[in-house]
Amino acid sequence: MNTLEIKNLNVSIDGQAILKDFNLTIPKGEVHALMGPNGTGKSTLAKVMAGHEDYTVESGEILLDGVNILGEDPDEIAKAGLFLAFQYPLEIPGVSIANFIRAARQARLPEGEDINAVEYYKELYAKMDALKMDRKFTARSLNEGFSGGEKKRCEILQMSMLNPTCCVMDETDSGLDIDALRIVSEGVNLMRGPERSFLVITHYQRLLDYIVPDVVHVMFDGKIVHSGDAELAKELESKGYDWVQEEFVNAPA
Amino acid sequence: MSDTDIQDEAINVDTEKGNFKYPENYAYDAGVGLNEDTIKYISDVKKEADWVREFRLKALEIFKKKPMPTKWADQDLENIKFDEIRYYLSKGQQPSRTWDEVPDDVKETFERLGIPEQERKFLAGVEAQFDSEAAYSRMKEDLEKEGVIFVGSSEGLEKYPEIFKPYFGKVIPTADNKFSALNSATFSGGSFIYVPKGVKLKQPLQAYFRINAENFGQFERTLIIADEDSEITYMEGCTAPKFETATLHSAVVELVALKNAKIQYITVQNWSSNVFNLVTKRGMADEGAEVKWIDCNIGSRLTMKYPGVVLKGKGARGEVLSIALANDGQHQDTGAKMIHLADNTTSNIISKSISIGKGRSTYRGQVHMPKHLKNCKNNTECDALLINTNSRTDTYPAITTRGENNTVQHEASVSKVSAEQIFYMMQRGLSEGEAMSLAVNGFVNDLMKAFPMEYSVELKRLIDMEMEGSVG
Repeated sequence: MNTLEIKNLNVSIDGQAILKDFNLTIPKGEVHALMGPNGTGKSTLAKVMAGHEDYTVESGEILLDGVNILGEDPDEIAKAGLFLAFQYPLEIPGVSIANFIRAARQARLPEGEDINAVEYYKELYAKMDALKMDRKFTARSLNEGFSGGEKKRCEILQMSMLNPTCCVMDETDSGLDIDALRIVSEGVNLMRGPERSFLVITHYQRLLDYIVPDVVHVMFDGKIVHSGDAELAKELESKGYDWVQEEFVNAPA
Repeated sequence: MSDTDIQDEAINVDTEKGNFKYPENYAYDAGVGLNEDTIKYISDVKKEADWVREFRLKALEIFKKKPMPTKWADQDLENIKFDEIRYYLSKGQQPSRTWDEVPDDVKETFERLGIPEQERKFLAGVEAQFDSEAAYSRMKEDLEKEGVIFVGSSEGLEKYPEIFKPYFGKVIPTADNKFSALNSATFSGGSFIYVPKGVKLKQPLQAYFRINAENFGQFERTLIIADEDSEITYMEGCTAPKFETATLHSAVVELVALKNAKIQYITVQNWSSNVFNLVTKRGMADEGAEVKWIDCNIGSRLTMKYPGVVLKGKGARGEVLSIALANDGQHQDTGAKMIHLADNTTSNIISKSISIGKGRSTYRGQVHMPKHLKNCKNNTECDALLINTNSRTDTYPAITTRGENNTVQHEASVSKVSAEQIFYMMQRGLSEGEAMSLAVNGFVNDLMKAFPMEYSVELKRLIDMEMEGSVG
């Protein structure tokens, strides 16, 4: 069974094509990395998967556990099991981390059912400890005045509290120093399991030293042009993206 | 009509809390329109003393002479059709002391609004007004023994003129504005409260104002006198069903805090979007006294309300904490007035407004510190939150400060809930309404901490409901 299947996805914004016949399959339990130069459509893919309304979907399908989620509202997609760790998490003034995650958990419960506050905080604190987050953080306004590293850790905290089946991480390594990178990666590795798959979007190979992927895809101009194992990331790092272009894009079919 | 029929009638409407009505059935109806006969009718039904009747008739003259304040206020005021409004409707009942004696339809109305339940839980006394008159009024016995008076306006003026007459219409004179004149001519219901020297009420008194009839004008009149060293918290709530036609609510609320007394007045209004809500509220604070207004304005077509405090005695304190939420098609024109008339007086204004869709919020503030005063302080903060680009917010602060060591501080901010913030929250599984609601709650969060718990909970619920309703 595949967690994620993207078939012939074509997406544009303001009449300009961004994703062009994009295809990707992630089997259950696997971690796939999506690499590629800036402006190639990686972040667009992440937002379209999460149901962002700014993009025009021309054609294609995105199946999450076999069900098409394309065209669904963002909250429905989230509740279906997709979590997007944002490249630039938004600040929500006055809403504490604890209350925000609690509201998100509550939204997943049937009407009339309430969260058990004691168990909730127990779980929250345990997961914060794992991410080396100070417990005082729970009372702080979501992402407001957070450093880059704190924001990313907070994304991973939310990801682990909301129990998604498919985690999409958009440039989670950007803005992280080496210590934060290790802590965040450990948080992700703890979540790896046979029931959950990951799409790790990154520009650099560095993150993949910590989160070792099963498959690495290289994206160029709106589609995946080459795939390989974890070694591919290292090859990319040493040879650069120009190599991809020469080798896989400009090469005659 | 049997109980079941009444139930069915009531169930066949929108399920939003507050938006339901029972069939009209009144013993006293002053008819449509406003003239001397209307006033005399009200006075006759109430069997009022001559001085009250004269007070009303004089007020009617002033009302007629005063122009609409459309020079500065919303032109929508011109759409109030004074000739089509009904000014007095009552079932001819005396306010009951037990809920069992309240007529079924009225009792059910208040039960659906949760009033008897709240009374049991945390209130020292409740008055529940249905259109023009109170249907229920009761205060805990021990407070009666301590000499606390909690009655309607008519009963107050009739039974305790020596207490209430000296202050009635003094904090807010009839001619203060067109709508205070209208209220002075037509007033009915409301609360008259006297707290004797040194008596400190531990639990709040509450009044609930309910409009049930269409084309109706509700004009309650409230006067609270807190004698020296006493303390009282008073809360009011209000709702009306959604009618096709405009409904008018125009109250006058006067507070008198004598030496070292404290009055806290809390309003949570949840008017339906056809109500013109034009209310005059002012408190007077004597030496060392404190008057605090907590004012939450949700709903209505147009609200104009600027609670004020006249800081008359040395060291008096005044405070206005307000939240206004203007949804599509609504205008919340609110603010505060602080009139410093003695040395060492301090005032604090914190105003938060939220505008959604085509909703519009206006803040008008007046802080007055004349030349001869020393060591007065005012702090004003007003923050606006805009949800989507069509909404509008305006701030009109008017500050006059002279004199020695008087300080005034004014801060204003405008922020927006962006589509990206909503997307972020929805990506976590919240619906659009829940996301907006959370953003709004976050915006008012620090202010809500200053409110009593029960009212924070109620307010949060109202915001959630309003935001759910604002998503297309």
